[in-house]
Order: sequence, then C-alpha cells, then structure tokens
Amino acid sequence: MAHAHPVKRYTGLMDWLTTVDHKKIGILYLIAGGFFFLIGGLEALLIRVQLWKPLNDFVGADTYNELLTMHGTTMIFLAAMPVIFAMMNAIVPLQIGARDVAFPFLNALGFWTFLFGGLLLNLSWIAQAVPDAGWTSYLPLASPTYSTHKGVDYYVLGLQIAGIGTLIGGINFLVTIINMRAPGMSFMRMPMFTWTVFITSALILFAFPALTVGLVALMFDRLFSANFFEVSGGGNTVLWEHIFWIFGHPEVYILILPAFGIISEVISTFSRKRLFGYSSMVFATVLIGFLGFMVWAHHMFTVGLGPVANALFSIATMLIAVPTGIKIFNWIFTMWGGSIKFTAANLFAVGFVPTFVMGGVTGVMLAAAPADFQYHDSYFVVAHFHYVIVGGLVLGLFAGLHYWWPKMFGRMLNEGLAKLTFWTFFIGFHLTFFVQHFLGLLGMPRRVWTYLDGLGFNTMNLISTIGAFLMGVGTILFIINIIVTAAKPKTAGDDPWEDGRTLEWSIPSPAPEYNFAQTPLVRGYDALWKEKMDGNDAMTPAEPIGPIHMPSPSILPFLMSLGLFIAGYGFMYAENEWTGIMHDLFASHAVAGAGLLITLGCMVVRSLKDDHGFHIEPDEITGKGVKA
Amino acid sequence: MKLSILIMVLVVIVVFALAFYVIVKFRRRPNDKIPVQVEGNHKLEIIWTVVPIVLLLILAVPTVKHVFGLAKDYTKDPDAVQVIVTAHQYWWEFEYPQYGIKTSQELMIPTGKTVSVQAKSADVIHSFWIPALAGKIDTNPGANVNTMFFSADHDGVYLGKCAELCGPSHALMDFKVKSVNEGAFDRWVAAMKEPGKLPADPAIAEVFEKQCLTCHAVGDKGLQLYPNLTGIGDKETIAGILVNTDDPQYKNEGTTHDNLKRWIEDPQAVKPGNSMPKVDLTPEQIEGIAKYLSEYKLNVEQ
Repeated sequence: MAHAHPVKRYTGLMDWLTTVDHKKIGILYLIAGGFFFLIGGLEALLIRVQLWKPLNDFVGADTYNELLTMHGTTMIFLAAMPVIFAMMNAIVPLQIGARDVAFPFLNALGFWTFLFGGLLLNLSWIAQAVPDAGWTSYLPLASPTYSTHKGVDYYVLGLQIAGIGTLIGGINFLVTIINMRAPGMSFMRMPMFTWTVFITSALILFAFPALTVGLVALMFDRLFSANFFEVSGGGNTVLWEHIFWIFGHPEVYILILPAFGIISEVISTFSRKRLFGYSSMVFATVLIGFLGFMVWAHHMFTVGLGPVANALFSIATMLIAVPTGIKIFNWIFTMWGGSIKFTAANLFAVGFVPTFVMGGVTGVMLAAAPADFQYHDSYFVVAHFHYVIVGGLVLGLFAGLHYWWPKMFGRMLNEGLAKLTFWTFFIGFHLTFFVQHFLGLLGMPRRVWTYLDGLGFNTMNLISTIGAFLMGVGTILFIINIIVTAAKPKTAGDDPWEDGRTLEWSIPSPAPEYNFAQTPLVRGYDALWKEKMDGNDAMTPAEPIGPIHMPSPSILPFLMSLGLFIAGYGFMYAENEWTGIMHDLFASHAVAGAGLLITLGCMVVRSLKDDHGFHIEPDEITGKGVKA
Repeated sequence: MKLSILIMVLVVIVVFALAFYVIVKFRRRPNDKIPVQVEGNHKLEIIWTVVPIVLLLILAVPTVKHVFGLAKDYTKDPDAVQVIVTAHQYWWEFEYPQYGIKTSQELMIPTGKTVSVQAKSADVIHSFWIPALAGKIDTNPGANVNTMFFSADHDGVYLGKCAELCGPSHALMDFKVKSVNEGAFDRWVAAMKEPGKLPADPAIAEVFEKQCLTCHAVGDKGLQLYPNLTGIGDKETIAGILVNTDDPQYKNEGTTHDNLKRWIEDPQAVKPGNSMPKVDLTPEQIEGIAKYLSEYKLNVEQ
C-alpha cells in the first residue's frame, strides 16, 4: 500500500488472517469449503469402492460407519454451507450496492469459528476416534453407553464451534440486507439471489439455535453424565430426533434456497430476459422458508408418532411442492422466448432444472407416510436427498462459481474445460444416483457397509460406483481449470458476460476494496440492465466522491476461534488415559480454561479498545491506487 | 404408492418435455434481438399453482386414508398372532405371548393370518423391516413400544432387515420370516414347548450346558438372554447372515453344520461388534456342538 494510514493494513499471510473484507472472507470460505468438499468427496469414493461388489472387505464395518458419518457431516456443515457463505459474501453486498456487510468483524469471526470447528471435527481421523453414529447422531447409539470412544465428542464440539460461525453469519446477512441497500433498492427490487440469501439467513437464525440446544444437551450427556437422552435415567431418545430434525429440515432449505437464487440469476442473464414472475418467485421463496419449519416429522414417520401426526406432516410436506413447482415453471418460462446462451455456468443452471424436478417428485412420494414406511431409510432416500443436494445445490454452486468467478478473481474460467467439467459431473451424478432409487425399492437399506450376494443389488451398485468416479473426474477437471485460470492475467472486464443485469456487474472485476466508488442510485429491478436499456453506460451515482469509511483489520476473530478450539480439546480430553504433565493439564481443566480465557480476553480487548476504522481518501479512489 | 408414482411420472414427463422444447427452440442465434422483457403472466402462473394443488389433493386423500388404516391396533385382537419383537445389537427376538414361547432370528407365522407386532429395543434404536411384506417400524428403547401389523398371502421365506443404523453390524442384522400353513404353525408351537434335547454325547452335553446354556436356551433348559437355539437345525440362516444351503454359491453360504462351526469358531469375524464371545472350546468340542445343533430339528413342515 502506497498510502499512509493511521490503521495498519497488512500484506501477505497477515492480511488474510486479519481481513474483515467480505470479498476476501468469501474467498477464504471458498478455499476452506472447497478443501472440506474434497475430503468429503474422498470419503464418498471410499464408500463407493467398498460397495462396488457384495461382501467386499475393502474397509471394515467400523471404518465404514466412520466414513458415512464423516461424509454426511463434512458435506453438509463444512462443504455445502461454507461454499454458500462464500457466494453470499462475495456477491450479496455487491448486489445491493453496499460497501461491506453490516458487521465486518463478526463476518471474520464467523469464518474462523467455522474453520476451527471443522478442523477439530476432522482431526478425529488423526486421533483415531472418529464419529460413527451417522450425521444424525441418533441416541442411544451416540450415547456414552454405546459409543465409548471420543468420536461423538468430536462431532458435538466440532459442530458446536462451527455452528457459532453459521449463526452469526446468518444474523450478519439479515442485518446487511435490511439496512445496507443502496438508495432506491427496495425489497421488491432486490436481485433473486439476495432474496434467497435473506430468507436463508432468517432460516439460519431460527433453525441453528435448535441444533445448538440439542448439541449442548448431548455434550452434557457425554462430558458431564447428564441424562437428557439416557433412557435408564429418565431421558428420551425421540426427543433428540425431534430437536435434530427441527433444525435438520430447515437446514435443507437453508442449503437449497441460495441455489434457487443462483439459478434464477444465471438463467435470466443468459436468456437475456427478466426473471419470469419475479414477485411470485419471492413469494414462493418466503413460503418455502415458512413451510420448511413445519415438516420436520416427515423424517420420523417410522418412529411411531401416531396417525394424526403422520397425516398432518404428510400433507404439510406435500404443500411444499406447490411453491417449488412455481419456481420450476418460472425458470422454464424465463427461458421461453429468450435468447439462451449455453455458457458453462448456464449448462449447470439448465441441467439443474430437470435434475431438481426428479429430486422434487421423489420428495412428494416420500411425503406420503404410508409409502414412506417402505422407502424410509432405504437407498430410495439416499437417491432422493442426493438428487436434491448434489443435483440441486451442488449444480447450483457450480453454476454460481462459474458465473461469478470473474467477479471474484478478475479472471474468466476456461469455458472448454468448464463444459467438460459439467458433462462428466452431470453424467457421473445421474449414473451414481439414478440406479439407487431402484436399489431402495428392491429393499437395500441405507448405511449398510456391505450387502449379500444374490439379492440383485450387484450390477446397480457397480454402476453407482463408476458414476461416483466420473463425478470425481469432473471435480478434478474443475480444480485443473482453477489452476490454469490462476496462471493467466486478470483481464475480465466489469461486465464480462456482457449480459449482466445486476449491480455487481457495474463495478470492476474483482471489485475494489470499497466496492463502489460512489453508491449507485437504483431505479428499478435489474438495476444495471435498466440503465443499459435506457442507453446509459454506467449507474447513476447517488453521492459525490468522498472519503470512504472502512473497518480496520483485526487478528481478534482468529484468536477468539483458536481459543474455542483449544477449549474444545480441553473439555474433550479432561477424561484421558495419558500420564504425566499432559494428563494433569487436561484433567484439571487447565487447558479448557486457558482456551476460554483466550476467547474471553479477546472479547474484553474488543470491547474496551476504541477502533474507528480508517478512511480511503478520494485521491486514492480516483487516482492510480484504485486497484491497489 | 402406485398412484404417487403415476402422478410423479406424469409431472416429470410434462416438465422435461417443456424444458427440452425451450432449450432447443430458444437457443441464441446470431443476430438475435434483445428479447421482450416479460414480467410474468397471471393466467399461466395461476395454472401452475392450481394444477399441482389439485394433483396433491388427489394424492392426499388416499395418503390420509392409509395412514389411519395402517395405524389400526390389532394388539387386543384374539384372532391375530401376537408377536413381541425385541431388537438387540445385532439380533431379533420374537416372543409369542399367546403361546408362551420365544424364538429368534426367524419369525414363524401362519399364512393368511394377521400378525400383530409390538416392537421395542433392548439397546439402541433399530428398525423392523420386511421389504416384501410390509413397511418398517422403529424399535425404540425404554417403554416406548410401537405397533404394526402385516400378513403373508403365500407360504414362503421372506427376508427381513434392520433399517436404522445401530452399530458396526447394522448391515448384517438380517432375519427371516417363514410363513407356513396353519397346521405346520401349530406343530411348530407345540414342538417349541417340548423339553429341550441335549447332545447325546455326555462330554459334549456337559460342555454345552456349561458354556452355551449360560446365555442360550434349548426348550426348557438354559437361559433366554440371547438367541433361543431350539430347532436351530431347521433354520434358514445362522446368526441371520450365514445362509444355510447344501449348494453354497456365495461367501456367506454353507451347510448348516459348516455355518455353525464358522460362527462358533469366531463370531466377531462374522458379525463385528456382536455380544457373542469366542468361547474357549477345543476343535472337537466345536465340531460336536455344531453337529448336535445342526441336527436339532423340529420337523414341523411334513
């Protein structure tokens, strides 16, 4: 940095550890989420290798249960959610014409708690005490009675720490979207992606506390011998199932709604058409978010809740098909009469539509409780939720990454490689999961580490394994594309797809530190497109150029998260079989206390220290320093 | 269920056809003009809101009907065969309170009669599932008993499974349902009540009593803590997973005698994490016990 500032601006590694810039935090989320996606993918491949033939002994029963637990947990909490947060961070402030999120410090804290929670969870592989009770961690299987090693402790504390990050992230985006929109950007002019992020954040706000409560109760059961779920002590295991799914079902919509938003943006852009039925899309999104909280018991039809509950939750679940159907038809009619350009991003988006319809219709089939008695916990369910999460969310994320890559990094991904990525991943996906519907109907239960020969499962499992490897090839192609692209110069223009409709395409790629030199004036839905159609080549500014107030970087979020990480280990190993000084340090809760002290100490420092941030002066904005 | 598949296939066909048409018809061509920026169309939007609602109503009516139909309580019905299913890591216990007998791993039922199930668990949550005959019901720990009912229209052997992750051997927690005619069922009930037969060889009998009957039972002898061994020579499988056949094709198949031997020699290798220890027996003793058990038949089907 060529300019002197009262606040120290770091470079290199320290810059990344201390950054509170939403764009950099977005990139951090992408790197960390991508890393965990690769780990979860590797676990999936090991699962498919084990199942490629009957009575295979590639991994044992114990290892298999560890793999399936860690695959699910990693993919949901440490891969899918963070990559969504990456997109939210990278794009939402730009789409609403803001210079950063409402709470930049919290934003950084959210990332670091997620990362340290995720690391804690995955270090269980090194400690050789891996969670093995499924990502749902049903009791009593996960109770101290039946799970005597520390695996489930890693699950509880890892998710607890990571969950803090998600919750504060959700609150942050709610406040950001409510308060930081540019002049003229009314709610009904917000881009669809911002709308879905808004609803997702609201879902996070209400759903994650349920998970937190459940995990705290489970933690008390495991670490301090409480009896929340201990049947012999008067506890109830069905309680855990309710708590888990009261969080768990909204979680599904937390994941899929942003994908809906991405698809809406990509399809609209590359069809050169306004999103069909925008207001009904908004309404459908809100309705899905609302209904998402009243259907959790459809995961529990076989628990024995009785016919009244089962009937009500069946009907409520089927209702969700209506707003989802509205969305599907709106996408199709956005393309209708349009001028569709099949970029790689759009291939992913268009491929999403039929794939998600498949996942949707099987969802309605599962919603019928009497039929679910047959489908439940079979491979039919495995096929269904992978169609929704991989065929829905992951295709959506790929579409979004290819679409916004130039905005995040200033470079266009290689289109040829990207299209190859799409076809291998897409075909691999359908090979893997389509046949699993039939495996389920034939009676193959899920979460089985092996199956017997002669039951007619062999060929389909083999096909499924081949498909999984094809998806692996697709992922590797994507990584190669990233590496190839990173070696090229930053040449992407402000609006590299030339059909950009929303505010993020009105500023340089990548966006400067302060995003908008002048806050834009929003004159309608699809703000940039409106200016283009009116013959303007830029947004109308809403303010003169002046000094821009920026938040200071800080190492505190990193240290606070590190403290929680240490405290987590301290509590987990308070009961240990070591000897000597290590035993004493952990057994006396000295390590746990030290960790908490670091976190609390940072909070005190943060509260007492005045930090007014700094200003970027107009000469830096208009001068050569713009892209510094 | 068939109705739901039909409606869903219809939906998939319509949406796929629409999507495909759009993708082909509206590809970008050179010299394309900027398309008309349509905001929406109320008529169309109402159609694709109302049509799904109607389809769902059509689906909802039989759904609710069957939900209540399947919840019918047969536990007090004297005409139904009452079975108390208790799931254990990793085996199934079947108690017939009407006859005062207990068996394991193989549920005998009379063809055509309603079987009323009361399901519970002795340890973790399992799920009782006979894919070819009925849906599943979870077995919960504590006094949380679930009920269901089913019946088999034809004589035969049906495969049953555990459908809820319950530990390392979850995948191997299979059982069989054997549906036989009423005469054979009555003979089986009577045979189960007869006094247990011990091995003919007194040395084997002594070992068997000391090492096996401390957990298992034959007839009136021994304890009912773990699977009841009465008539084990008749069963379709050993430990639910080693299929008994004189013509073994797969790794998990063998004669009843060989399967018993394989199981007793190393239970953990067959079913990791199960409660049966490697009992301290000489090869001759194992051979003797396997021979005795494989010949322990009730012969009710003649």
